[in-house]
Amino acid sequence: MGLHAYLGLAAVVFAVGLFGVLTRRNAIGILLGIELMLNAVNINLAAFTRFHGDPTGLVFALFTIAITVAEVGVGLAIVIAIFRVRRTVEADHLTLLRG
Amino acid sequence: MTAEAVAFWAVAGVLVAASLGVVLTPNLFHAVLYLAAALVATGVVFLLLAAPFLFGVQLLLYAGGVVTILVFAIMLTERLAGERITQTSRWIANGAVLAAAMLVGVLGFLGRAPQAPPAPAAPDRTVDVARALTGPFALPLELLGALLVAALMGAAYFARPED
Repeated sequence: MGLHAYLGLAAVVFAVGLFGVLTRRNAIGILLGIELMLNAVNINLAAFTRFHGDPTGLVFALFTIAITVAEVGVGLAIVIAIFRVRRTVEADHLTLLRG
Repeated sequence: MTAEAVAFWAVAGVLVAASLGVVLTPNLFHAVLYLAAALVATGVVFLLLAAPFLFGVQLLLYAGGVVTILVFAIMLTERLAGERITQTSRWIANGAVLAAAMLVGVLGFLGRAPQAPPAPAAPDRTVDVARALTGPFALPLELLGALLVAALMGAAYFARPED
């Protein structure tokens, strides 16, 4: 399998994740879509390492994974904090900052 | 087809199907389970790309850690039984058009790009990754540790008990 096959697979997964982020109403559902998009990027990085023989891509993929884990932790903490105050995690109902 | 091609298409099918399950199933808890399947499939893709260390990290951090705290977050914000767990989607047509446009754009770019030269035999790059992490990437690695500590403290602060 060539590089293009892996990049195409990553593009499909990224598009599916983007669809989820755009259409989900639940804040946790939006976070799930973001997870899918970040995974697609990691596939790209690993594929470039495999086909160009440069380990930097794997290092970047490791950094991305670590940053994603931090992002999920903070994001879910924010979701729980919002739920405590507003009793909802529906993104459409969180209009506190709307002008 | 070679064995690698068969494995690639099988894993690609599982990955895309699980991803569609994440964004389409109405049950949020099922969506998290589909996400776990998608993350494991991504790990298998890493194995196909001769990156077994990344596969291990993927299983430990994503399939182990992220899925667990997602389940905890759902249990804290929704009632597990009953209809509150169901979620609806909105603007499905708009989202589908935008995602399809992005996909067409990327795939068109890929189609125009020249084919990569055939890859040489894939060695395990774990040792190179370790050298890079302790050599040129030592400072970003330390910064990443600081970021993780800051994120942990921030998450603990946000989710602290009300006083």
